[in-house]
Amino acid sequence: MTNENSKPPVTARRAFLTKLGGAGAVVGAASLGLAPALAAKKEAPAEGASFPTKDYDWTKHKWGFGVDATKCIGCLRCVEACKTENNVPHNAHQFRTWVERYVKIEGDEHVHIDSQSDPVNIAASGSEKEFRFANRYKDAKVEKAFFVPKLCNQCSNPSCVQVCPTGATYRTKDGVVLIDPTYCIGCRYCIQACPYGVRYFNEDKGIADKCNWCYHRITKGLNPACVEACPVGARIFGDQNDKQSPVSLFIRNNRVDVLRPDTGNAPNLFYVGIDKEVN
Amino acid sequence: MEALINFAPYTGWVYPNETVFEWSILIAVYPYITGLVAGAFTVSSLYQVFGFERLKPVAHLALLTSFSFMVFVPLPLLIHLGHAERAFNATITPHLTSAMAMFGFFASFYVFLLLLEIWFAYRPYIVDQAQTKTGLLGRFYKVLTLGSYDVSEKTLSWDKKWIFALACIGIPGAHGLHGYVGFMYGSVKAREWWSSDLMPVIFLFSAIISGVSLLAVLYVVTCKWRKIPVDLPCLKTLAYTIWSFIMVAFVLESLEFGSMVYKGREGIDMIMQYVTGPLLVPYFVLQFAIGAVTPLLWLSYMIWRGTTGRALVIGVTVSACLVLFSVFMMRWNVVIGGQEISKTGKGLLSYQLPFFGKEGALVGILIVLAPFGLLAIINKFFPIWSEKTTHSNHV
Repeated sequence: MTNENSKPPVTARRAFLTKLGGAGAVVGAASLGLAPALAAKKEAPAEGASFPTKDYDWTKHKWGFGVDATKCIGCLRCVEACKTENNVPHNAHQFRTWVERYVKIEGDEHVHIDSQSDPVNIAASGSEKEFRFANRYKDAKVEKAFFVPKLCNQCSNPSCVQVCPTGATYRTKDGVVLIDPTYCIGCRYCIQACPYGVRYFNEDKGIADKCNWCYHRITKGLNPACVEACPVGARIFGDQNDKQSPVSLFIRNNRVDVLRPDTGNAPNLFYVGIDKEVN
Repeated sequence: MEALINFAPYTGWVYPNETVFEWSILIAVYPYITGLVAGAFTVSSLYQVFGFERLKPVAHLALLTSFSFMVFVPLPLLIHLGHAERAFNATITPHLTSAMAMFGFFASFYVFLLLLEIWFAYRPYIVDQAQTKTGLLGRFYKVLTLGSYDVSEKTLSWDKKWIFALACIGIPGAHGLHGYVGFMYGSVKAREWWSSDLMPVIFLFSAIISGVSLLAVLYVVTCKWRKIPVDLPCLKTLAYTIWSFIMVAFVLESLEFGSMVYKGREGIDMIMQYVTGPLLVPYFVLQFAIGAVTPLLWLSYMIWRGTTGRALVIGVTVSACLVLFSVFMMRWNVVIGGQEISKTGKGLLSYQLPFFGKEGALVGILIVLAPFGLLAIINKFFPIWSEKTTHSNHV
C-alpha cells in the first residue's frame, strides 16, 4: 500500500492538478448548465395540465394576437372595454391597452404621435374616464395618418419575467405572461424592464399590472374584451396551434411585423400595416 | 386630499403608462448608501489587507461606517415596495434570473461578514468590558464574548489572521455587492440610458470614491469634535486614494457617454436633446464640473504643491464633500434620468420631487442621515478610537 505522503513531489503535484482539473470541469459544466437558465425563464411554475380551471389544458394552446393597423379607426372602444373588463384605474395614465395615432403633415420632418391619454384628447373627451381622439389636424395638410393599437406582446422571452425577483410574474404554458397578485412584492422592476411600456403600478393593490389578453376569458373559450369590442376587426385573436384560427390565418396570409425585434423578446403580438416610426 | 399617484409632465411622444415615475428618490438613495458601504470597506481593506499603515486612524471608523450604512441599505427598498410584508418572497423563493432576487443573499452575507470582522477587531475590548462592567451592560458584553475570554498573545495573533482573511473575502464581497447594484441598471435593455456593460464598473468606482470621501469628512469632523489634531499622513493617503479612483471613475463615465453618442443608436437624438437641455445642469455642471473636475483639479494642485497643514485639511474636506455630492448626483442622474428619457425614444418626461410623503425628499434625506446616528450609538459601545483595548497593529 502506498502512502499518499510518500509520493514523489512531481507525482503528488500531478495528482493535485488532475483533481483540480476535475473540479474545474465540474464547475464549468455546472456553469454551462446554469447559463441558459439565467438567460430567460420560460417554464411556468405549475406543471399540471389543468390550469387555471379543471377543464382547461394549457399545454394544448399557444395563444397569439394580431393587429391590423390598416383597419383601426381609432374609436377607442377597445380601451373602454378593457378598462371596464379588467378594473383598470379610470385615469389617463394607466392602461392595459391603448391606441396610438401617427400623423405625417406635409412639410413637417417628424411624425406627430399621440394617444388617447394626450391632454388635448382628454380635453376633447371631457373626462379621463372617456376616450376620444380630438380632431386636432383638421386644418393641416395630412400626408399620411394611421392608428396603432398597443397591448402586451406576451413575449416568448419576456424581460419582465426575467427580472421579477420573486417569480410572481411568469409565462404560462399557453404563452401568456401572468402576474400572481398574491406574490408580487411591488418592486416595479418589471415595469422598468418592459421595452413596450405596457406595465403600470396599481397603487390600490400595491402590485404591477398589465394586459393578459383577458386570460379569464380566453381560458373559457371567449375572445379578449378588446377583440370583442372592436367594430372593424382590427384586433385578431386565436390559438396558433389551430392552423385555421383567425390569428393563424392572419399570420399566414400577411407579412407580419413585431415591435422591437432587436430586444430579443420575441413578441407574440403580430402587426400588419405599421410604419417605421412605430416602436 | 393628496393624489394617489403623481403624473409627470412630458414633451414629445411617451407611452401612456410612462407618465408615472415608478422609481423615485428612494431608489437613488439605495445605490448611494450601498456605494458608501463598499467605499468605506475599501479603506478598511487598504489597512487590513494591503498594509496601508497610515490609514490606521480610520481603520475602525471605516469598518463601523460600512456596517452602519449597510444596516440601512434595505430600508429605502422596503419603503418603496408595494407589499413590504412580502419582501422575503424574493429570498425564500428567489427567481434566479432576476438581478434583484440575489440582493437578500448578497446583503446578508456581507452583513454577517462585517459583523464577524468587527467582532474579531473588538474582541479584546469586549473581553475587557465583560470583566470590568457590571449590570445590564456587563451582561451585554458577556454575551458578546461568546464564552471566549482568552486574550493571550497567541489568540490575538489568530484573531488578526481571521481579520485578514475576512477582509480579503470582504473585498470581493463589498465590491461585488455594489457592482451587482450597477448590473441591476446596466442589464435593463429597455432603457438606453441604463443599458451599458460599463454600468457595474462605473457604479463600483463611484462607490469607492464616495466611501473614501465620506471617511475623509467623518475623520476630519470627528477630529475637530474630539479636539485632536488631524493626522495629516492619514488624510493625505485618503486624498491620494480619492484622487486616483476619481480619475478612473471620471474616465469610465466619459467613455460610457462617449460610446453611447458615438454608436448613435435609435433614440440618441432624444438623449442628446436631454443632456443638452434638462440634464445640462445636473449632469455636466453639478455631477461633472463641480463634483468631479473641481475636486480632481484641487487635489492635483495640492499633491503637486505638497500642500500641508490647515490648507490640506480644508482642501481635502471640501473636495470630499464635492465628491459625495457628485456621486449622489450620479445616482440621481442614472435612476431619475433614465426614466426621464422615454422608452419611445421620442419624448422626455420631467420628474417633480415632492418634499413630503413616502417617496419624498425628506424621507430620502433621513435615510442618508440615519447611519450617522447609528454610528454615534455604536461608538458608545465600541469606541472607534480606543487604542488600548483593540488590535493596535495591522496584520
